[in-house]
Amino acid sequence: MESIKNIIIESLKELNEELNIKELENPDENTKIYGEGGLLDSLALVTFITDLEEKIEDELGYRITLVNERAMSRFRSPFKDVKTLSLYIQELIKEENKDG
Amino acid sequence: MVKDKVFVITGTRKGIGKSLSEYYLDKGNIVIGCSRGEGSINHKNYTHYTLDVSDEKAVVNMIRDVRKKFGRIDILLNNAGIASMNHIITTPYKTVDNIFKTNFYGTFLFTREVAKVMMKHKKGRIVNFATVATPLRLEGEAIYASSKAAIENFTEIMARELADFGITVNAVGPTPVPTDLIKNVPEEKINALLERQAIRRFGTFEDVVNVIDFFIDDKSDFITGQIVYLGGVVK
Repeated sequence: MESIKNIIIESLKELNEELNIKELENPDENTKIYGEGGLLDSLALVTFITDLEEKIEDELGYRITLVNERAMSRFRSPFKDVKTLSLYIQELIKEENKDG
Repeated sequence: MVKDKVFVITGTRKGIGKSLSEYYLDKGNIVIGCSRGEGSINHKNYTHYTLDVSDEKAVVNMIRDVRKKFGRIDILLNNAGIASMNHIITTPYKTVDNIFKTNFYGTFLFTREVAKVMMKHKKGRIVNFATVATPLRLEGEAIYASSKAAIENFTEIMARELADFGITVNAVGPTPVPTDLIKNVPEEKINALLERQAIRRFGTFEDVVNVIDFFIDDKSDFITGQIVYLGGVVK
C-alpha cells in the first residue's frame, strides 16, 4: 500500500514539473486529483494515468489498466484523491494476481 | 526517408501488412508485427506476436512488452482488417461482430495503447486504414464500409485528442488492391467499383505506401485528421 501511494505521489510531483501547481508541490494522501476540487484537468489526467501504469509495471511488476468500465461507472471516482486511488490500484493488483 | 524508426504494424502475416513490414525493414527500421496466425517474416529486426487484435489483454501485453524492449514506438500502422461481402438481409450477426472486432475494436485498442507510449516522447505517427467502399456507398459492403466509416470518424477525433501530445493520426483509403481481402468478391462487382473511381485501375502496394510515407514523414507534423482516398474517389 505504501509503495503504491509513493508511486502516485512521485508521478504527481513529476507531472507538476510541467504544471507548476502550488498544491501539487508536496502531495499527500488527501491531495485531490480529479473531479470536484481536483487539481488535474482531463489532459493532465491522461498523462498521469499513462505514467502511473508504466511506473506500476516497472517498479512493482504488475501490468494493470487503470481505466476500465467499472472504474468509470463508479459513484465515487477512483481518481478522486491519492488515498482513493491507491486503494483502487491495490484492488486491481489483487484481481490481476487472481487472473494470473 | 524513414530510417531507424520503431514501427508497430498489425496484420502482418500476409497482404499489404506483410509488404509494408518488409518495405520498412528493408529501409533499416524495426518492425513489430502481429496476426492471428504465426509470423511469416524472417528478418533480424522483425518481432512477431500471435494474437487477436480485439483481445484487450493480449494487445496491452504486446505493447507493454514493446515499450520495455524498445523504449519507444514511432509509428503505428493499423492495417489489420477483414472484409465480407453480403447483402444486409443475409448477413449473420456473427459476421458483423467479427468485422467490427477486427477492424474497429482492433484499431481502437492499438491506438489507445500505442498512444500511451508515444505521449511520453511527445511525438508519434498513427496511420489507420479506411476504404473507398465508405464514400462510394457500395452495395454488399454495408458492414465492412460501416466499420471503416467508424475508423474515419475515430481518426478525425483522435487527431484532435492526441494533437497536444505531438501525435498525428491520419488514414489512407485504398481502392481494391489485389490481395486476399478481395479474393472472394465477384469480378463484375470489382469492375463496377473501378468504374466509379476517377482513375479506373486497381490500386497497388506502391500507391498505398506512397500515402503512408507522406503521413509518417518527419515534415508532416502539421498533417493530421486527414483521410486520403486513392484513385480520385471523394467523400
